[in-house]
Amino acid sequence: MSASVAPAATPSRPAPPRHPRSRGIRRGEAGAGWLFVSPVILILGVFLLVPVLMALWVSFSDWSGRGSPLSGSVSFVGLDNYVAITTGGGLAERDFGTALRNNAWYVLLVVPLQTVLSLFLAVLVSRRILRGRGFFRTAFYFPSVTSSVAITVLWLFLFSFAGPVNQILSAIGLAAPNWFSDPRGIVHVALAAVGITDGPDALTGTGFLGVSWWDWLSGPSVAMSAFVLMAVFTTSGTFMLLFIAALQNIGVELGEAGMMDGASGWQRFWHITLPQLRPTLFTVITLGLIGCWQVFDQIYTGTQGGPAKTTMTPAYLSYTSAFQNQDWGVGAAIAFILFVIIIAFTLLQRWVLRDRPVSKRRIRAYQPRAAASTPSASPKGADA
Amino acid sequence: MSAAVMTVEAQTESAGAAPRRRRRITVRSLTGQVLLYAMLAMLALVYIYPFLVQVATSFKTEPDAATDPISLIPATFSTAAYERLFLHSDFPLWFANSVIVTVCVTIGRVFFVSLAGYALARLRFRGRAVVFAFVVAVMAVPTVVLLIPKFLVLNQLGLYNSYAGMILPLLVDAAGVFIMKNFFESIPDSVEEQARIDGAGSFRVFWSIVLPMARPALITIVILSFQGSWNELSHFIVSTQSPELTTLTKGVASLASGQLSQGTQYPLKLAAAAIMTIPVAVLFFLFQRKIMNTSEGAVKG
Repeated sequence: MSASVAPAATPSRPAPPRHPRSRGIRRGEAGAGWLFVSPVILILGVFLLVPVLMALWVSFSDWSGRGSPLSGSVSFVGLDNYVAITTGGGLAERDFGTALRNNAWYVLLVVPLQTVLSLFLAVLVSRRILRGRGFFRTAFYFPSVTSSVAITVLWLFLFSFAGPVNQILSAIGLAAPNWFSDPRGIVHVALAAVGITDGPDALTGTGFLGVSWWDWLSGPSVAMSAFVLMAVFTTSGTFMLLFIAALQNIGVELGEAGMMDGASGWQRFWHITLPQLRPTLFTVITLGLIGCWQVFDQIYTGTQGGPAKTTMTPAYLSYTSAFQNQDWGVGAAIAFILFVIIIAFTLLQRWVLRDRPVSKRRIRAYQPRAAASTPSASPKGADA
Repeated sequence: MSAAVMTVEAQTESAGAAPRRRRRITVRSLTGQVLLYAMLAMLALVYIYPFLVQVATSFKTEPDAATDPISLIPATFSTAAYERLFLHSDFPLWFANSVIVTVCVTIGRVFFVSLAGYALARLRFRGRAVVFAFVVAVMAVPTVVLLIPKFLVLNQLGLYNSYAGMILPLLVDAAGVFIMKNFFESIPDSVEEQARIDGAGSFRVFWSIVLPMARPALITIVILSFQGSWNELSHFIVSTQSPELTTLTKGVASLASGQLSQGTQYPLKLAAAAIMTIPVAVLFFLFQRKIMNTSEGAVKG
């Protein structure tokens, strides 16, 4: 890639004479520019761009892990690997479906929880008069600096059957689950509590990706729920910092104006502060979505996908398919589907939270008498 | 809270309007303050207690850890877990490997990333926009997608199972380039212009004039790359196999999944996890001000 743009060729061409004096002191700048960025391009190219292309090839091949995937003995198998995990009807499809189910529930719980909690913490520690502010911020942020391995080891201990969490739960009279060995989905557990143990035939008979609809709706397993709590615990501090920074940049004028108009604290937060936090909210949710689809370290360190594959995630399944089962094509195919999922979620979220002009309804609310005179203020697509 | 306000209102009914109002606000905010601090204290406990119990348990004996996991004071103080880790396991080797990789990656990243950031911010050359677009595009590629690809390339290049294979791919970080570019664009270029007029070459200007000015951004890069490479797990899983190249993350992960032990061995595992947390914790407390107050300076300015 860098060879095609031969750095030596550029300095001989004079730069466009936009700044008359710059020609002298900027001599050799083009060469230096390419030289300075070349290590970055080289390393990102060799260890990022080339690998992705190579893996793309592997996902369309029958490479078994022996020799080079580029050698002649490896053949192109088209979409076989993708078919195997999406419509194959076999174990590979069921595993992939299960992994998607697990991770989808994980995302569904972690993203809202971590966003709300980190915003809540940020609001708490952003008060202008607060003793021990530094202490509280440090306390909430500290879990974020630790490695996922160390925190998983700690979590395995905290949530072990006779561990601290269960001791506290029994002390206050709650049932103590066997966290990391309990494969039951929490929605199923809740339904079982009201006497529903089997799903209707409509849900158990049919399914998607080898997993029945009833099982899709099972909720995260108790084991996965422990990981959900862990993710919220470790990421809320990082996102809290983002919200703190945003809150500090908001300024107090609008809030004070709201106070004068008699808005309650909650109203001021909901109608004045929150709309101004929109860009940060967007960042936090996007980062959360991207991170949550990449659950790997915790599973590798903690449960290896168990119990009963309920903590299996696409990332971990991709790893085990390739490195343990030598199904490299399938592993690579899973990785690319995961890639597409992550990009799709990012785009979807960007679209949902896009900057919309104020809707007609809103404008009418603010200008009750002038409603008829303001159609031009809400351009087309305002209600979309 | 509202009950308290009501009582105060009832009591001060006879007094004038102004003092009543003031009194009401004070009591109300006092109750609010108490509630706020109570809530903060509860939350802080939830966030800190796991780490306290971790350290406490690492000094417990195994039976003690099993019978009383919740207490913060060991019944019998024991350093058996640490002795076993340091004297009878590969733990020191893992630690050394992590140090080697982290130091190399951090030094390399600071240099390469600031070099590229400077070029993208300041030097004019053809294709600059394309290079920058490439860097931004790369930032969007999720790391777990790269597990298999990285192994394939390292294997192909003969770098699998070597320090080079562990270090080289981590040496450059697109996000770091992005941070440095933004930083260099934010500082005035008059000083550089002067040096250029005096005849200094691009590298000279970068090394002796720009880099010393970039200290705040460089510290950010150091923090990010130290923390990132010290805590890195997946890359070492796919780039190494031999026990001599095991890093702390990989080693402790193998401890956790019980490959080296029988029984629960919580003191041992928690001691290992605690030690591997110390370097990032030290880094965090050293630069705490910078990490926590990233934006407060901006508000003052």
